[in-house]
Amino acid sequence: MMSLWQSFVELIHELIPWLDGGIATVIIILIKGIALVLPLIIMMAYMTYAERKVIGYMQLRIGPNRVGPIGLLQPFADVIKMMFKEIIFPTKANIYLFLLAPILAFVPAVAIWVVIPLGEGFYITNLDVSLLYVLAIGSVGVYGIIIAGWASNSKYPLLGALRSTALLVSYEIVIGFVIVTVVMVAGSVNLNEIVEGQKGGAWNWYFIPLFPMMIVFWISALTETNRAPFDVVEGESEIVGGTHVEYSGMCFALFFMAEYINMIMMAALAVLLFFGGWHSPFEGLPYLESLFEFVPDLVWLLVKMSFFLFLYLWIRATFPRFRYDQIMRLCWKVFLPLTIIWIFVVALMTQLAIGPWF
Amino acid sequence: MEFEQILFYLFSFWFIASSLAMILSRNTAFSALFLILSFFSAASLWLLLEAEFLAIILILVYVGAVMVLFLFVIKMLDIEDSTLRAKFTGYLPIGLGVAVIVIAEMSLVLGVDQFGLDVVPQPIRHASDYSNITELAMELYTIYVYPFELAAVLLLIAIIAAITLIHRPDKRAKKQSIEEQVNTQAKDRVRLVSIAPYKKKDEQ
Repeated sequence: MMSLWQSFVELIHELIPWLDGGIATVIIILIKGIALVLPLIIMMAYMTYAERKVIGYMQLRIGPNRVGPIGLLQPFADVIKMMFKEIIFPTKANIYLFLLAPILAFVPAVAIWVVIPLGEGFYITNLDVSLLYVLAIGSVGVYGIIIAGWASNSKYPLLGALRSTALLVSYEIVIGFVIVTVVMVAGSVNLNEIVEGQKGGAWNWYFIPLFPMMIVFWISALTETNRAPFDVVEGESEIVGGTHVEYSGMCFALFFMAEYINMIMMAALAVLLFFGGWHSPFEGLPYLESLFEFVPDLVWLLVKMSFFLFLYLWIRATFPRFRYDQIMRLCWKVFLPLTIIWIFVVALMTQLAIGPWF
Repeated sequence: MEFEQILFYLFSFWFIASSLAMILSRNTAFSALFLILSFFSAASLWLLLEAEFLAIILILVYVGAVMVLFLFVIKMLDIEDSTLRAKFTGYLPIGLGVAVIVIAEMSLVLGVDQFGLDVVPQPIRHASDYSNITELAMELYTIYVYPFELAAVLLLIAIIAAITLIHRPDKRAKKQSIEEQVNTQAKDRVRLVSIAPYKKKDEQ
């Protein structure tokens, strides 16, 4: 993958030699960005298809099967439908903020992908504080919900926005503490270095010393992306549709896309932090390593991510929605003390140099 | 003009413009959002200075947490614009006085004597493998470890004090015991009684 990027960058420099360093760099970054966002959008579109199919089969239905072979063109039909729908503005809504909210939800969701490495040397930018960047930009996504709830000037969006922002801010603290434990084990806040620290077989991955943290992280990820059983933003049976009530057409689609891109991001983050990123689980094993030599690192990452994306759908089809105060209790009274205790456990493990991780 | 300079002027213009808009805007929600925009511009300027850790922390703490709570409060309040403007002329002299004092202080502290181009050396360009966060941690956790820990303890005390001041449980309030609800079993809720079947005599 590295050589592919390198030759691509050289090609750009050959094609436009008259540009000076600064602008050529910007153009390369822009092209890299498009090369990342387009597959991401397609992945997101097929995530919605996978969700309907998987949940359909789990509930003994077939799911979408009319558009294209086995319904494979369904996402495109949905996109075309969404684009041609009328966007309705509530009479007393604040129109600027009403339009700003979906943008504020969507842009951070995509912007996070700038630092997420997808393979050995395969990233847009290698920021030294990339994990903190993910946290920081991830927390900006809350504004989409807050502003949507406020600008709609309607009671259900306001209720949905109030309870979900309180929830998101609370769970961000838990995710922050989980990330602290990962950083303590890895000794770096650079995602590339965190993955490099997990090199050499599945027993080197951080989910073993940080097993409870991995579970806490995943449950918090469900909450952060507003997925069932913690989907209090929408909560159709409680507050109609939460912040999305007044939105229609492409405005609603942007919220929807942001949610799915965030889901893919959280799956990628779980793999990078706890499951060895793009490393093969068979590294260092005598026979299996050479057998799986041909698999590119990107494929390993995508396979592991697919498992977590499937987990999202599995959990959604299995559990009923939590009551709001019970989610809050889980955050402040169960997860937060557990993560703080585990920080001390990790400190102890580091001091005693237990296992291959430290 | 170099590309970096263009970026610098762009972010600086954005910073000043959004700060002005924050003060001048009538709508409190807009003010809060313009403040967020100015935080972002400041973070971008810090990124140009290669202080990426500070820039990210500014966004993480102020944009991600503090301003969310601000917007929360603004959403709860029902601010009447006309009552605010009615008192404007009354408060104007005091406000002007405070403004003059603040501007005088700031020009004394941040003026050309302290932060001029000839006083402050030009920041050194570092190689791309230079780790800002490692350098910062080395300074913070070796030389400044006691001030750092004192600041942490001070913040903890402030949190505890704030909670004890605000948190007065209302004795009349009825609360659910969530522990009880979570730990409840099926046998606590449903009592199965076995009753032998029989028929009343007059129904026969």
